[in-house]
Amino acid sequence: MTYSMLWHVKQKEESKSMKQFVSFVRKEFYHIFRDMRTMMILLGIPVILIIIFGYAITTEIRSVPVAVLDQSRTDITRKLVDRISASEYFNLYKMVDNMEEAQQLFRRNKVRLVIVFPVDFATSNDASIQLLADATDPNEATQITAYMSQLIMDNGNFSIANGTSDSRFSVSGSRLVPVVHLLYNPLMKGAYNFVPGVMGLILILICSMMTSVGIVKEKEMGTMEVLLVSPMKPAYIVIAKAIPYLLLSMVNIVTILVIAYFLLDVPIAGSLTLLVFISILYAFVALCLGLLVSTMADTQKSAMLVCVMVLMLPVILLSGMVFPIENMPVVLQWLSNIVPAKWYIIAVKDVMIKGLGIGSVLPEIAILTVMVAFLMLLSVKRFKIRL
Amino acid sequence: MNVIDVTNLTKSFGSFTAVDHISFNVGEGELFGFLGANGAGKTTAMRMLCGLSAPTSGEARVAGFDVYKETEKIKQHIGYMSQKFSLYGDLKVWENIRLYGGIYGLSGKKLKEKTDELLHVLDLEGERNTLVDSLPLGWKQKLAFSVAIIHDPRIVFLDEPTGGVDPVTRRQFWELIYQAAERGITVFVTTHYMDEAEYCNRVSIMVDGKIEALDSPAALKASFNTDNMNDVFHALARKAKRGE
Repeated sequence: MTYSMLWHVKQKEESKSMKQFVSFVRKEFYHIFRDMRTMMILLGIPVILIIIFGYAITTEIRSVPVAVLDQSRTDITRKLVDRISASEYFNLYKMVDNMEEAQQLFRRNKVRLVIVFPVDFATSNDASIQLLADATDPNEATQITAYMSQLIMDNGNFSIANGTSDSRFSVSGSRLVPVVHLLYNPLMKGAYNFVPGVMGLILILICSMMTSVGIVKEKEMGTMEVLLVSPMKPAYIVIAKAIPYLLLSMVNIVTILVIAYFLLDVPIAGSLTLLVFISILYAFVALCLGLLVSTMADTQKSAMLVCVMVLMLPVILLSGMVFPIENMPVVLQWLSNIVPAKWYIIAVKDVMIKGLGIGSVLPEIAILTVMVAFLMLLSVKRFKIRL
Repeated sequence: MNVIDVTNLTKSFGSFTAVDHISFNVGEGELFGFLGANGAGKTTAMRMLCGLSAPTSGEARVAGFDVYKETEKIKQHIGYMSQKFSLYGDLKVWENIRLYGGIYGLSGKKLKEKTDELLHVLDLEGERNTLVDSLPLGWKQKLAFSVAIIHDPRIVFLDEPTGGVDPVTRRQFWELIYQAAERGITVFVTTHYMDEAEYCNRVSIMVDGKIEALDSPAALKASFNTDNMNDVFHALARKAKRGE
């Protein structure tokens, strides 16, 4: 046979396997489009998650009801109260006449902060303001008093004494006022943190869970056996399964970015291309995880369970999405290193919020690449043994 | 000419020998019944012949290709239908045909011709756009069989193809099998139903990983002095020591 004939045969073989592949990918799309309910859920999940994290479980201070006990009754204090009630963080609930009334408002849960201006507030050189916060939720109390201190300091040079209605929390004001500049997220918006987190979660959900469930479903139905007896290469079967979910997850990433940018005012400071590149890399990690799960699970239910317990929970708990990793016990901090989402979220924050270039996310990219290589080897090996 | 040649084929899992030195051959166009109780080793033997698992020892050639080295070539020349239903329920009838046609390298005009012919033979022309899930089980099975031989393989392996189907549909299904055999496709079928064994040219009966009997149904019945395959099967299967 001449070389050109050989080449021709090879071409023919390739186009044949390409046709195989195309008809198989088409089938996977049918599976997804025919199952409207699942598809709607998959497309709706990012929106729902963003709404939940953005509006329901927010840690931001907003419209906190406050009461004011103004014993000095001067123009200065009145102006200050106006400023406070005009801010988006606080709402003036009531001006009270005495301490007893303030205590009552606390007890009836009507206010979460009381501001006390002393009689000599306007006249004394050493004027101080007392802030009383409900410290049943200590984190919130700290945050509220910090916000209020900041607000009052911005609006006049007064010194402030902190105190709370709960004895656990009592900090005296100091003349040494630290000047804090918050970088990248000056308004301390929660969205800056959870948007990358939700992206990490969605990609795991779709790429790992849907892919593994899809493969296991074929095993359960017995169609996998038929496919393996066919001339179709096992690698094609897996790749064809992954493609639609990869596309779907990219649609979701775009949805999340659009909502984050236009509704939550989260900036996309860095390169969008880099962001998409990192997302695809992480999606590959997720796909490999899904493939690995599919080699271990025999039923769709167990595949789903493994994905939720072993893949999704760590994303929520150990990736820094909800709980800061720095505050965790050392063992968990160490454990968090093997959660791919942690590295993805760090990289996304760097690029999206801080606007850093590829140079600063190289370590994360390297780690994710190593994870892809390792998981791919492991799952391909297992896939062959099992099927 | 033989399309399946098996000599001392063995498969062990650790100390357990699932298939124990079996030897047989199947001729071109033959309808070969592969019988045995559950756990006798039928499925393991069949998986080796389909190229799904490598034998521990022994030799076998399927469609002229070696089961150790040429599994990819074997796969191109065989069809397969499992006891589990092998079509996709959420795909339409013609989409299933196109999918499997595509997997076996059919495309364009040839695929279209095949599709039309297949639908015509099965009398499913009106159901072309029906989702397979909404077809009755008997129709699904007939469709699954026709799809399994859409690429005109030399051999088709049928793993308990008629499980859970009523006798009338089973009869119709076997007519399809006969038609395929007439077209020269060798049929290798495992079954639990002894009346189906009677339809085969030759049957082998496996007990505990070994082939205990292999002959035409008539010859087997004669040698066991009985008039039905059921007695033959039970006489042999009773010797089994392996549980399920």
